[in-house]
Amino acid sequence: MKLPRELVLYAVLIAIVAVLPLFGAYPVFVMKVMCYALFACAFNLLIGFTGLLSFGHAAFLGGAAYAAGHALKVWGAPTELGLLFGVAAGAVLGIVMGALAIRRSGIYFSMITLALAQMLYFFFLQAGFTGGEDGLQSVPRGTLLGLVDLTSDITLYYVVLAIFILSFLLIFRTVHSPFGQVLKAIRENEARATSLGYDTARFKLLAFVLSAALAGLAGATKTLVLGFATLSDAHWSTSGLVILMVLVGGMGTMLGPILGAFIIVALENKVGDIGMFLGRVTGIEWFNGLGEAVTVVIGLIFVVCVMAFRRGIVGELGAWWAHRQTARTSAAA
Amino acid sequence: MTELFGIPLSALLSQLLLGLVNGSFYAMLSLGLAVIFGLLNVINFAHGALYMMGAIFAWMGLTYFGVNYWVMLVVAPLLVGLFGIVIERFLLRHLYKLDHLYGLLLTFGLTLLIEGFFRSFYGVSGLPYQVPEALGGATNLGFMILPNYRAWVVVASLVVCLGTWYVIERTKLGALLRAGTENAKLTEAFGVNVPLMVTLTYGFGVALAGFAGVLAAPILQVQPLMGSNLIIVVFAVVVIGGMGSILGSILTGLGLGVIEGFTKVFYPEASSTVVFLIMAIVLLIRPAGLFGKEK
Repeated sequence: MKLPRELVLYAVLIAIVAVLPLFGAYPVFVMKVMCYALFACAFNLLIGFTGLLSFGHAAFLGGAAYAAGHALKVWGAPTELGLLFGVAAGAVLGIVMGALAIRRSGIYFSMITLALAQMLYFFFLQAGFTGGEDGLQSVPRGTLLGLVDLTSDITLYYVVLAIFILSFLLIFRTVHSPFGQVLKAIRENEARATSLGYDTARFKLLAFVLSAALAGLAGATKTLVLGFATLSDAHWSTSGLVILMVLVGGMGTMLGPILGAFIIVALENKVGDIGMFLGRVTGIEWFNGLGEAVTVVIGLIFVVCVMAFRRGIVGELGAWWAHRQTARTSAAA
Repeated sequence: MTELFGIPLSALLSQLLLGLVNGSFYAMLSLGLAVIFGLLNVINFAHGALYMMGAIFAWMGLTYFGVNYWVMLVVAPLLVGLFGIVIERFLLRHLYKLDHLYGLLLTFGLTLLIEGFFRSFYGVSGLPYQVPEALGGATNLGFMILPNYRAWVVVASLVVCLGTWYVIERTKLGALLRAGTENAKLTEAFGVNVPLMVTLTYGFGVALAGFAGVLAAPILQVQPLMGSNLIIVVFAVVVIGGMGSILGSILTGLGLGVIEGFTKVFYPEASSTVVFLIMAIVLLIRPAGLFGKEK
């Protein structure tokens, strides 16, 4: 009986997102959330289901954003090829970074991914094709498969939604496949998985590349939506942001990263308004400048989540639900 | 004028000195990271932010209270160390039983918090801090001009690093620390107050970062983000050196600083990435790091 209930939940969610623009939601904002949600889901595949904390995922988002932007703008590639080129860029970067990083485990893995991503950041800063500090501006959206004109936000909205759903299905399928089971085994006890005969390095690398490719798709789609790619996509703070999204929503849950991405993107956009509101209500001058101090708010959420809220929102809800179910069954018995 | 590889020797030597100065900062920071990691199993991401705090405290001391460089060289590390002790007692301590990655995540959050806090007051432009009078000017060594302050940075950090090495490897206190690193439970069973030792070790490690910050204040831009780019390079240094040996950390830090300095002369485009490239090569050849032990 469990699966149908989940299916209903997903169907309702998709329906809600599909009709959002009709109720006045700003399409570009929702598309941005979907891009980050995809990014967070890709990241969750590693941290939540394989137990690898990558601190360098900005490299894939930023690298693919540049690659797709370059293909669309300079080469004039069709939209779908531009996106695919972004995915390929993410995957290739993932192979190189992953092959190096999985040579160490645990905390070293995180430091290596962070350092390699920083190296790439400096490369993007100096390379000509990225436009340096200015970034890659006015990337055209083009037409999808030569048929669908994407200049309208609404048309693009449903294309992005389709990209997101397909990617989500891929992640869902991966997590629930035998391959996903091996990843979970590695997360729980890598030595044990090795002793059972699994080549854990290969599984880890595969998961890493898959995650990088999907993060690349998120980055390429983001370029398409916003029309530009900038250095901040590749900056380490973006790697930190995606960690926070997954942490807030719930590591190792299917829906957590989506919720987390929504919360963090909304917060980044609205924190100035919230600060103004708090300043008016409490009369404390400092709150008015909160918009300038987004990092303080982000940092604070980070600390609170790590200290008291490690399962994230969806994780806590799931735990509460499971607790209720057991209480019910024991009451019935 | 004497030349080497078509580059004036004096230019080469001054880059070597600049490299040694940067290397001194790498050495002090990676040493602190290694000492903390040894006992706490935490990678202290906040190390860069605490280094920045040291520099800003030095600036604040001079600007608001007229306290000079030499006093702040002692006071700022103490304040940073105290701040570290508070972090350890109230936050980090509760995470030791969990996966190590939570320590990294917590200190990452603290980094954003600390940097954002100072940024909301001072922005991102550099705060001016003068070289103290006694160390102003330069000495002409005949073959090169040696700015006194830079020489002082190298000497001071070497003294502090070697002092740390001596205390850890050659004294009773250091022996207890090494015992705690090896096996905390057993050390506690012998009547050593390990939790206190852990707190003080964290305090000491971050005080080293604060000290490095004060040293950096007169020569690098004092600004809230000065630590975050540095700490990522230091992470690469730590991966290259491996965290097993104290002397190894010091040597790796200095050596990479020098290599970076020479890269600036011969191929400036790569000077910001050379440390990361070396890390990649070391990972291919010797994944445990130059001075690390395979577990």
